[in-house]
Amino acid sequence: MPLVKNGAVVEDRFTRVLDDAAIVDDVPVIMPAARLLADVGDLAGRRGATGVLWPNDRDISQLAPHLDRLALVALDFPNFRDGRAYSQARILRERYNYRGELRATGQVLRDQFLLLHRAGFDSFEVSKPADASAFAETIARYSVVYQPADAGTPAALRRRNASSKAGARVHLREHDA
Amino acid sequence: MYVYDDFDRTLVDERVNEFRDQVARRLSGELTEDEFKPLRLMNGVYLQLHAYMLRVAIPYGTLSSEQLRTLAHIARRYDRDYGHFTTRQNLQFNWIKLSDLPDVMADLAKAGLHGMQTSGNCVRNVTTDQWGGVAPDEIEDPRIWAEILRQHSTMHPEFTYLPRKFKIAITAAAHDRAAVRVHDIGLRLHKNGAGESGFEVVVGGGLGRTPFVGKTIKPFLPKRDLLSYVEAILRVYNQYGRRDNIYKARIKILVHEMGAEKFGAEVDAEWQNIKDGALAIDLAFIADIASRFRYPKYENLANEPPALTQVRSRNSRFDTWFRNSVTPHKQRGYAIVTLSLKPEGAPPGDATSEQMDAIASLADRYSFSEIRVAHEQNLVLPHVAQRDLPVLWEQLEKIGVATPNVGLVSDIIACPGLDYCSLANTRSIPVAQELTRRFKNLGTQRELGRLHINISGCINACGHHHVGHIGILGVEKNGQEFFQITLGGRADEKAELGCLLGPAVPYAEVADVIEDVVAAYVELRDQPNELFVDTVKRIGVEPFKERVYAAR
Repeated sequence: MPLVKNGAVVEDRFTRVLDDAAIVDDVPVIMPAARLLADVGDLAGRRGATGVLWPNDRDISQLAPHLDRLALVALDFPNFRDGRAYSQARILRERYNYRGELRATGQVLRDQFLLLHRAGFDSFEVSKPADASAFAETIARYSVVYQPADAGTPAALRRRNASSKAGARVHLREHDA
Repeated sequence: MYVYDDFDRTLVDERVNEFRDQVARRLSGELTEDEFKPLRLMNGVYLQLHAYMLRVAIPYGTLSSEQLRTLAHIARRYDRDYGHFTTRQNLQFNWIKLSDLPDVMADLAKAGLHGMQTSGNCVRNVTTDQWGGVAPDEIEDPRIWAEILRQHSTMHPEFTYLPRKFKIAITAAAHDRAAVRVHDIGLRLHKNGAGESGFEVVVGGGLGRTPFVGKTIKPFLPKRDLLSYVEAILRVYNQYGRRDNIYKARIKILVHEMGAEKFGAEVDAEWQNIKDGALAIDLAFIADIASRFRYPKYENLANEPPALTQVRSRNSRFDTWFRNSVTPHKQRGYAIVTLSLKPEGAPPGDATSEQMDAIASLADRYSFSEIRVAHEQNLVLPHVAQRDLPVLWEQLEKIGVATPNVGLVSDIIACPGLDYCSLANTRSIPVAQELTRRFKNLGTQRELGRLHINISGCINACGHHHVGHIGILGVEKNGQEFFQITLGGRADEKAELGCLLGPAVPYAEVADVIEDVVAAYVELRDQPNELFVDTVKRIGVEPFKERVYAAR
């Protein structure tokens, strides 16, 4: 499954570990949420980067105390119509100011790229190779959006009244969140 | 009338391009039907029994004459020369080819129209009072708030894949014409004790197979907080709404299972985190949106001019129509005119291309080029000078939209039913057509007073049967069409669900039973001006049941 990061297809440096598999100290790993929470003390001194795969039905606030130690959070789309992880992503970015890699995993398709990107995801385990190579053009499909929702990504802003003050507040404060 | 600027136009154009690409990828097999389905739905494209159906968004039911002409053109060029206005103030074309759809959308986009979010598990077209901006009993124009919510919810990056569809309605008037208590979120703009205006927020109302009247979780929400509070509701719903069972996925089930109080507390907790962020609304923002609405330059006219009163006194047919279909306007000398799309024997809510073109021209001449769609599936000319009413009436008569039955027993709301819909268990349009024939005598209709009949061809309740004064629900029994009848429902500020009258009756008997119900009402009302729904409230359904079923 191709990985898209910063708009380009890249090699995935992370390895997924299952619940009971051994973790090599200097290898970047993505571990299940339950294991992260159980072993959080042991992970403190790891040399390799640590990531977590967080399920979409688990309260994301439980992850907040551990975000400092994480290089990656992967949020899951068991199918693309299940949109719970969009909320988790925005909460991580906007409430907890998480700035590490935020990865979309599961059924990740071209026609959701822009929404994912605007919700704060910056890496994507894309289900179809053709979609991965179309990433850059796909997220450029829209030059305008209405909501102040994205978390620091320079997506299209609503600049309706660039010259007028009226109406600017909601649209130009996108990065306050 | 909200006027699109370059920003709005660009977004719609880009959406057309995106959809064109999606259709091409579907036709080439790159997209599976499973992957394509939510994408087409969010552009208003359904696969019906016989063909694709396109639902065009008419935000809060406001149309320009140019837009109505565009709809006429689409009907003529790509469909079968008519369109169907819906209970959510939209328009449906029933016979569109998938391969034509990108071109249809491009034609729509030229007039600022689209099908965005008229289906799918996202925030749907925000509806409001069809008399918004002109009703004498409103505290302000609710369409400004509907537009603010429309913009906020269009392609929202967090709330496009909700557990289920999500419908918001707004009223700003004393009398609720937008059915806000039976929506996922209902907003009632009103003034508090200090004279400030804000919203009562109602959640978890809805019809369908598990109907609920919504619960108030915020009696007074300041205007500045509307977007953040709605976002908090959607966020709680997106995370906790059920996704395991499509029939339990609406927010009403979550509110019911959690309890309105606990749900409200969860929303409040979420809201505290975001209320002072980027979504706080200031006066400049409201003023900016309001400034994009074009209001007519009314003339300084007197009420009840001789040109009107003289015709009223010498032409009783005109006078009958006037008393039924013309309503007072905010502005002196003007009136609101409802155009009945419910002539005897016709499918409720249909309009031909020719009618749409003619209505557009009449709007240009007599209503500042503006038309409204009412959730009762009628059209409205919202700004007619009272002196023009007689000549307008003659024109409306010619095109068959001046039946003086607005709000009366033959002004029936019905879903498309088995004639079009793949979900339906029974027909509903033919039931409506038969009822309009049974009650064709206008004198009798007037004598019965306000009486709403709502018909749904299946439990999904698109015809809002639960809130009809008389509700008719089609069910299938051993391969036969049967109908359950409910009495006493209403969708206004006193919203209530109807009570079941008795055992379901077969197709051939529905119209007889409804006639018997109406005859029972005439016998049971305590005075001639007691409305049907008030009689049912006073005495319950039992006396009706006794009379209707005694002979069966």
